Amino acid sequence: MAQKGKKVMVTVRKPPHGSIYVQESIEVMFIFATYEMDLSVVFLDDGVLALHPGQDTKELGIKGFMASLGALVDWEVTNVYADRQSLKDRGIAEDAIIAIGKDDDSGAPIHPRVLDAAEIAAMMAAQHSIVSF
Amino acid sequence: MKFGILINEGPYTHQASDTAYLFAKAAIEKGHKIHRVFFYHDGVYNSSRLTEPPQDDRHIVNRWQKLAKDHHIDLVVCVAAALRRGIKEENLQEGFRISGLGQLIESGIQSDRLVTFGD
Repeated sequence: MAQKGKKVMVTVRKPPHGSIYVQESIEVMFIFATYEMDLSVVFLDDGVLALHPGQDTKELGIKGFMASLGALVDWEVTNVYADRQSLKDRGIAEDAIIAIGKDDDSGAPIHPRVLDAAEIAAMMAAQHSIVSF
Repeated sequence: MKFGILINEGPYTHQASDTAYLFAKAAIEKGHKIHRVFFYHDGVYNSSRLTEPPQDDRHIVNRWQKLAKDHHIDLVVCVAAALRRGIKEENLQEGFRISGLGQLIESGIQSDRLVTFGD
């Protein structure tokens, strides 16, 4: 069994819908969580498009993953971040991004934390492994 | 150093599997250990027993098989990615095994470095 508590990161850089990568990244997040790792998730580059609200894949005939993204906290995936510049470049307001769950006590929505590139770089430098999508 | 390898592209179209193989070979020659290669996404095609390249071309599947046999490398094919693409036990090359994403996670944690090849 793997050692618990190592720092691991999943980066999501590809856009949603058009490839399977974002959906698969969520699978990997869930499995990392079951291994009780110190998991961080970062959405950056086109990956931030997955955090845009109001997405509906019904017309594509694809199940989609928005429900899973909206329930990351329930799966103990709580350290979720988005890159500030990537959001800005794509015209997504920082306060518009989707919630990844609700606070147990207050019921308030929990959103990914928006960070600057330098903060993300520092986090990356501290990881044991990074799996990129 | 102990390496885990992740291959995300199929053989022949992209260079990823070739580069991963050459990396693994070079690392072993330098005294490092490759404990597992995980085949994910289109990378699962690297495990098909039905692969028959022209005679004057490299045989990517058998090359992995031999390297793994010679150096005790665990060749793991992602089950969900494999079933989506018609890779099953019956057409899986000997020396490969089908398992879940947990094997990738474990590889990333147990090795000193996890090196990704392909998109």
